[in-house]
Amino acid sequence: MINVANLTKSYGSKTVLKIEDLQIPKGQSFGLIGNNGAGKTTFFSLLLDLIRPSSGHIKSKEVLVNTSEDWKTYTSAFIDESFLIGYLTPEEYFYFIGELRGQNKADVDALISQFEDFFHGEILNQKKYLRDLSKGNQKKAGIVAALIGNPEIIVLDEPFANLDPTTQIRLKNILKDLAQTKGVTVLVSSHDLLHVTDVCERIVVLEKGEVIKDLATSDATLKELEVHFSGNETFIDNAV
Amino acid sequence: MKLKHFISLEWKQYFRSAYWQKSMALNILLVFLALYFVVSFLFLGVALYPILKETFPDQDPLVIVNSYLFYWFLTDIVMRFFFQKLPVMSVKPLLTLPIKRRKVVHYVLGKSSFSFFNFLPLFAVIPFGVMLIINEYPMISVIFWILAILIITLIINFFNFLIESFSSERELSYVPIIVFAGSLYAINYFNLISFTTLVSNVVSAVYSNPIMLIIPIVVLIVLYLINFKILKSKLYLDSSLKTKTQEVKVSNLEWTRKFGDAATFMQLDLKLIWRNKRPRSSVFILVIGLLYGLFFYPNPTYQNQPWMFAFVGIFVTGIFLINFGQFIPAWDSGYYKMLMSQNIKYKQYLQSKHTLMTLSVGIMFILSIPYAYFGWEILLAHAAAAIYNIGINTHVILFGGAFNRKKIDLNQRAAFNYQGTGAVQWLIGIPIMLVPLAVFGASYYFFSFEIGCLTLSVLGLIGVVFHKKLMQIITEKYIASKYTMIQAFSQEN
Repeated sequence: MINVANLTKSYGSKTVLKIEDLQIPKGQSFGLIGNNGAGKTTFFSLLLDLIRPSSGHIKSKEVLVNTSEDWKTYTSAFIDESFLIGYLTPEEYFYFIGELRGQNKADVDALISQFEDFFHGEILNQKKYLRDLSKGNQKKAGIVAALIGNPEIIVLDEPFANLDPTTQIRLKNILKDLAQTKGVTVLVSSHDLLHVTDVCERIVVLEKGEVIKDLATSDATLKELEVHFSGNETFIDNAV
Repeated sequence: MKLKHFISLEWKQYFRSAYWQKSMALNILLVFLALYFVVSFLFLGVALYPILKETFPDQDPLVIVNSYLFYWFLTDIVMRFFFQKLPVMSVKPLLTLPIKRRKVVHYVLGKSSFSFFNFLPLFAVIPFGVMLIINEYPMISVIFWILAILIITLIINFFNFLIESFSSERELSYVPIIVFAGSLYAINYFNLISFTTLVSNVVSAVYSNPIMLIIPIVVLIVLYLINFKILKSKLYLDSSLKTKTQEVKVSNLEWTRKFGDAATFMQLDLKLIWRNKRPRSSVFILVIGLLYGLFFYPNPTYQNQPWMFAFVGIFVTGIFLINFGQFIPAWDSGYYKMLMSQNIKYKQYLQSKHTLMTLSVGIMFILSIPYAYFGWEILLAHAAAAIYNIGINTHVILFGGAFNRKKIDLNQRAAFNYQGTGAVQWLIGIPIMLVPLAVFGASYYFFSFEIGCLTLSVLGLIGVVFHKKLMQIITEKYIASKYTMIQAFSQEN
């Protein structure tokens, strides 16, 4: 589904991302983790053609994302609050996104009605503009908007941050369901190791812009990641 | 110490913004404009005394100048409102730091007194004062006269601060200043209270008795303290958050469906205009634009100068185009990333802006039809100007938008942030107004009024005919600068 080859992004002489080869098959739930500055958001921005690659390319379903715009029809994303239009109400925003993706009001209504418990009564019919919602509620609206129009690829940058515990658990279920039963390719980044291992069947660890681990999630994965990020891998290895 | 920190913060904010780096040309133009004014004022200051002496040999030039000071100050107030940018400072990060609130406010107020507008009068007043001294006026008195003018200039500075902070929270931000200046002028004109004499008396009083300088100084201090109090009360997060939740006004914009593909974005644009303070003010400016013709048409001197009609026509029918258009696509800068990753075609997005501007020209033309009362040529000139605006200027301004690198933060409601109308904005309107004027003026001069209108219309029609092609060129330009724009728009100012 997504095919990354020799991709680099540098600013001046500093290379912030360098991925030689990465294949993400259709329907995979893909987790990206790494410390600050590891290149997670850079990778997502390249995938959405928001920044120009220094070399190499990303192919999404055989479409080169930085030359053609055809990938936009089946890709959706929520990176940060700047994806929201502050002066619209959540409903208006959903309809607007729906129209861009060829969905009429009824389609959008049908979709968002599934997320009523996710919204927890704080999004719909509030008579408030998006800019007046709390950070967490803005995020909920943004994530659901990214699900409109049956996208085949969904990109979410740090979807768990700012959400309350109940919503985090609900979001995990939604994401699992998307990948497992609907065949959607879900790309998620996070700082929370527990959430990612829960949701994703594959986890890639970035460090200083390079892939240093590529794991199929198993029971041991969380432990392995914790050890890795605590920085004393060898010590624990020996102890075990 | 603290002052040093503030200044270095501002320095960095200014020179590290993408806007600064991208618009050197504009900055240079501004510098030239400033130089022009400095030179004109210098010239005025030196030449005023001999000119007055020659024209009115039996009157004292100083007395004449004093009697016109009221108009000078009144103009100063109005000009400042539209052109002076009030100091903007992002205070939120400072609130939790160990800096006294008083200090921040003093700094902001102090900074405003270093505005170019406060120095400009110096260039006229000092040479005039020197001329007075040369002509054997008492030196001490002249110096105090100069000081009086300077202090009044500072009074105007802080007064303007007050007006701006008052009107920036209101819907019709242009109304208070216009009502204020208009009523002062009217009261003076109909001699209810003669401000002309009042101002002249105050200044002459200082001239003859330096102790009287106390009066303007006291006024200045009082104004400063009022400003201080108001600003300080705004220095809390919740005072700006208080107005936060607006009741939503949902409107059904089904009629836009007639415009097909562009409808989605037109609805968005209309909501953008109605629900945000800044673009909304460009709607109110329409009213001012529409009345603009009244300055000229009833006046018989302009009746015989038909070249004015085209100028007014371009302005009246194009005012929304200029005001709204020059910030395309910066209006959408807050969510530009999202638009760029969404399932849309650039062309469709630009087309909707074009449709909106074209509509506005049409509406303004229809509303300006009553001017035909002052002569049929006016209607003809307005029609030609409208066609030109639709055919050429819409495309020019859209093309110019591809060079837009300055983010507009629609959501912000921080204290101290007036995002007022700076001189820069008005400069962009120049090519849009001057080119058609030159074209019209030339064909009017060499041929006739009718040929002038015809030329404008033909040019406009050419633009309409090549609309598709032009939009394609514009779209390509936008696509080419996509990454730079995304980067610039995601930068905080």
